[in-house]
This record gives sequence, structure tokens and C-alpha cells, in this order.
Amino acid sequence: MKIGQKPYLIFLVVAAFFLQSCSDGPAVPNTRGVYMLLDTSGTYTKELKQAQRVINYVLSQLDSGDSFAVARVDTGSFSEKDIVAKVSFKDQPSKANAQKRVFRDKIDKFVKTVKGSAYTDITGGILQGIEFLNEAGTGHNTILIFSDLKEELRKGYKRDIPLTVTDYSVVALNVTKLRSDNIDPREYLDRLEKWRLKVESGGGEWRVINDMARLEKILVRK
Amino acid sequence: MTLNDVFMIVPSSAALSGAIWFVVLTVIFYMARSHAHKGIISLTEAIHNSFRLSARSVKHLRDILITRNRDVLLAQGREATERIIEREFERIDATVRKDLSEYPALHRHLNEEVTNIDESFKESTDVPPTPPAWVKAVEAVAKIPAAKGDPTVGNILEDIHQSLIKSSTRALDEYRKASSKRHQLLQKMMPHWRNVLKALQQVDKSVNSLLSRSVTIDRLMHDYEDILKGTDKAQRMLSSSSMTQFFIAGFVLAIAVGGAFINFNLIARPMSEMVGGADMLMGFKTSSVAALVIILVEISLGLFLMESLRITRLFPVIGALDDKMRVKMIWITFIFLFALASVEAGLAYMREILMQDDSATSAALRGEAAVAEVENSALWITTASQMGLGFILPFALTFVAIPLESFIHSLRTVLGTALVALLRGLEWLLRFVGNMARSSGKIFVHTYDFLIFLPVGIEKFVKNNKKEGGKQSAGSNVGGVL
Repeated sequence: MKIGQKPYLIFLVVAAFFLQSCSDGPAVPNTRGVYMLLDTSGTYTKELKQAQRVINYVLSQLDSGDSFAVARVDTGSFSEKDIVAKVSFKDQPSKANAQKRVFRDKIDKFVKTVKGSAYTDITGGILQGIEFLNEAGTGHNTILIFSDLKEELRKGYKRDIPLTVTDYSVVALNVTKLRSDNIDPREYLDRLEKWRLKVESGGGEWRVINDMARLEKILVRK
Repeated sequence: MTLNDVFMIVPSSAALSGAIWFVVLTVIFYMARSHAHKGIISLTEAIHNSFRLSARSVKHLRDILITRNRDVLLAQGREATERIIEREFERIDATVRKDLSEYPALHRHLNEEVTNIDESFKESTDVPPTPPAWVKAVEAVAKIPAAKGDPTVGNILEDIHQSLIKSSTRALDEYRKASSKRHQLLQKMMPHWRNVLKALQQVDKSVNSLLSRSVTIDRLMHDYEDILKGTDKAQRMLSSSSMTQFFIAGFVLAIAVGGAFINFNLIARPMSEMVGGADMLMGFKTSSVAALVIILVEISLGLFLMESLRITRLFPVIGALDDKMRVKMIWITFIFLFALASVEAGLAYMREILMQDDSATSAALRGEAAVAEVENSALWITTASQMGLGFILPFALTFVAIPLESFIHSLRTVLGTALVALLRGLEWLLRFVGNMARSSGKIFVHTYDFLIFLPVGIEKFVKNNKKEGGKQSAGSNVGGVL
């Protein structure tokens, strides 16, 4: 049999390939978006060195087309002003590498000059993160919260807003125990449970990673 | 109403309800026995017949496939043998052209050599020196009776004697010189003899080569005749050859796939710099698809090159092109291949640079930026190797066309044989199931009778009694008559 005598074979192969490509339903972008909140309240600023490690790890894992932003959590975090550094990596990997180096330098500078804030508006930060990631249009979104999860709002701030985090992964990192948690551990557990319910009721996936030696689990989805 | 309600005819006793149901069902089954038997037998026979018919259809299909396989195999074998015979004739043609074109020159050369030898031989003929004419006169003088004591005669004879000695010595010298010359001429003949021997050896070699080729052609023609006759021996030989070709070609193709994979890895990373590293195409990175397409284009060009060189025959259109166009095509495909190979070498170089950039960024993110970069003096070796691989692999992949052709040709035979085996298995399965269905009909009939063994037993008992009663009454009647 000569190949040239069977042109319909080529047609069948192409048709099969086309059908296979059409069968996956609506296309979800294969890009990743990560928004990381850094708690800068009180004594938690001491933990920022750890946060720097996490940021560098996330940078090493992201590729061209992905988006990453790091924002501080302070008195009112629902604001672009609290975004310390943000980047959408360019298509060319070499340019993406250059962007990573610039990003790292910005974070280094921030960690050196950061000052503690009086209040902790985590919900506002998450809302800002959702806004950022929606605008970035990335396919798989993750919000990292580097905090003890103790929210302290200034008088007059309304944050009893349901979160819309459908298909988002919300990962709490390095959730340190407060002195009061040691007296009554239920406070710590209740705090975690409250955030879990808040995220899961918004359609998101909730995870807690306290072991900073296992950073590879941060961007892995269940 | 549940099934339980239906079952519990006597609500207080399940056993009694069960017994009533048993009796009712037994009676119903007994009454329907004849029809049930017919129904079961008809159903299982119908199943058996349908399976038998299916098996027959499969057998028919298998026979068609076997015939078709045989035709294809013989056609392929005929074509392949024709190609080999054609090639052998081309070789003979080349040998004959080469040797026969030189034959007039050889003939002339041999003639010249023979003439030279002949002339030399003639020149070297031994010619005895003719005795001087006056020797006879001397003999006559010598016979004259001399007077005794006449010194004059003695002196004359002495002079004659001396003259004779001188003449003989001169003649002998001349003869020796002539002999020496003859020997020299004979010695000069040696190279001519050697030349003749060499020319004849050349002729012998050519003739032997032709003879051995004629033996090969004879064998091939014998095979060809077998194939034309479609003998079983030819079919077996071709089938075995196809299987061997299939596995060998498959093995070589697997190696080629390995080569293509290495080639892919060489260019996929730098391609992301050209087409972007984030775009996706049908679930795959566009850069990976682009790299794959480049490799496939190279393989296609390799196929065209091999076709144009008439090494493979996958595309009859290319094979049928006139020689001028074919040569043009060879050059065009070669230039494209060369260009792509050069591009790949460049991409391989770029890959090395990007890898260094990646490792520098990773080191910086790990906090190792302060560590001074160690100049690796041997780095150029890997860079050069990658570039070399990037340049050579496209040309190496060109040769995939040869095993690919064998693989495609043998695949038809292997698939045909596998399909025949599959159909044979299917036919057996259909026959087995059909026979099982027929046998199961008898089993169902017996099982049915077993379920209603009580009325059947009673029926048998009554029938036996009737028979015995009839016999007895017949016996008594006979006895009465007697």
C-alpha cells in the first residue's frame, strides 16, 4: 500500500485530532495567579523573613503568563496601595526571569523597611486579592495568607462580607499561636474554623500549612 | 400492594402460603409443560442458529481476508523481487558496459602485445652462421697432393690454416653476439607476457562476476516464478520475511523516536522564546507544538529526499518525476534540511544560554546571589555538543524513511495476519456459544421437569399402571379365548 493512494487516512487522523481537541469543553487558561497577603501587624513582622522564603519559592514555581502579587495587611487592606509588588510574567522565559529578579529586589526592600500596623484587615486583603486575580484573568488562582489569622478591625470598618472565591485555593501559611491561644487552644481552633467556613461557603478550597519546610504543597491543588 | 402481600395468601402463616404457592405453581408449570419445553427448545435453537450463521459469516470474512492477504503479500513480494532483479540487471549492465566498452581497447592491446611477442620471437630465431664460401676452395687446395719436402705448399697451407682459425674465431664471436641479442630479445618478451596475463586475468574476473550475478538472478527468477505461481512456499517465505521486517523496522523506528525525542528537548525550550512560553494549543504548550512541527517537517523533508534519491518508494508521484525535476527536488529538499539543521544548531546554542539564565535566577531566588559565579572552563564542550547534535540529528532523521517504508509495507501483512487470527478466535467463540445455547436448552428442559417432579412422577406412575392394566386385561382376554 502506498501512502499517496490513501489520502482519506490523513483526513481521518486530522479529524480525530480535531474532535479530541473539541471534546474538553470550555477552555480554562492554564496560567496561575497567586496573591499573597503579608500580615504586618504587631509582632508578626518578625515572621517576614519566612515570608520572603515563601515568596522566592513561589517565584521559582511560576512561569510565563502567570501573575503574582504581594500585598501587606494593615488597617485597611482593601486598597491597591497595599500591594507591595505585582507582576504578570511575559511570554518569553528570559524576560520572565528578569521580572522575577526585579520582584525579589522589591520584596527585599519592603522587608527591610516595613513598619508594623495597628490593625489587621485580612478580609479586605482577600477582597483586594480576588479583584486583582479576576482582572489578571488567570486560570488557577491561589490566595496565600501569611498571618496568625487574628483579624482586628478599626472601629467603623465593615467586613462581614461573604467572600466569592469559587475555584480559588486559599492557603493560610505559618498560622502562629498567640499567647491567648496557649491559654485556651479553642480560640486558635475556632479562628481556623471560622476562616475555613468563610472560604468554603464562598466556594473556595481552604488549606493550612504551618510547616515551612514543605513549601512544595503551597501551589498544589487537591 | 407489595410482593410480600401477594405472597402471603394466608397472612398468619408464611409456610402455609409458601406451600399453597408451590402447589399452584407446580400445577401451572405442569399444565404448561409441553409448551414450555417447545418454547425452551425453540429459543435455544434460534440462539444456536443465529450464532452458527454469525460464525459462518465470520468464516466467510476470514476466507476473504486470507485471500486478500495472500494477494497483497504476493503482490508486495513480486514488486520487491522485481526491484531486486532490476537492480541485479542494472549491475550486470554496468559491469558489461564497463568491461565491454574497454573490450576493443583490450583487444587492440592484446593484439599489440601478441604482435610484439611474435616479432621478438622471430627476431630471436637461432640462425646458424653460414660457412664462408672459400672454405670449399680451401678444402680443394688441401686435397692437392703435396710434394714431400716442398716448403712452399706447407707455407701456403699454414697460411690457409691460420686464415681459417681467424675466420672461425670471428664467426664464433659473431654467433655469440647474435645469441646474446636473441636472449635479450627473449627477455624483453617477459613484460609483454605479463601484460597479456594481466589482461586475461581481468577478463576472467569480469566473466566470473557476471557468472556469479547470473547465478543470483537465476535464484531470484526462480523465486519470482514461485511468486507468480502463488505457491505456498513463496507465501510462507514472504510472510516470514514480512514479520522479520516488521520487527526490525519497528526496532529501528523506536530508536529513531528516541532521536526525535532528544531533538525535541533540544529545541522546545528555546522555541518558547520565539513563540511564547504561556500560549496553549489544544492542551499543549505552543512552543512544544512548534518544536514538534519542526521535527515533523524535517522528517517529511527527509522522506522527500529519500524518495527523490529513489532509495524509498512511498510516493509514486515523486518516483515518476523525470530525472531533471528529481535532481532539482533533491537539491531543494537538501537546502531546506540544511537550513533547518542550521536553525536547530542556533536554537541549541540559545538553549544553553537560557539554561544558564534559569540557573542564575534560581540561585538568586534561593539567596545564593552573593556566591561568585564559577567560570566553567568545560562549558563550551556541552554547548558545542548540543549545537552538533542540533545540526546532525535532522540529517540522521532523514534515514527514518528506510525503516518507515519497510514498517508500512510489513504492517499490512502483520495486521492482516493478526486480523485473521482474531476472526478465527471470534468464529470459535461464536460456535462455542451457539453450541452451549443448544445444550443449555436440554438442561433447561430437565431443570423444568425437576421443578415439577411430583406431577410428572404421578403421571408416569399412572401411565405405567395403565400400561400394565392394559397388558393384564389383554392377557386375560387372550387366556379367555384360549
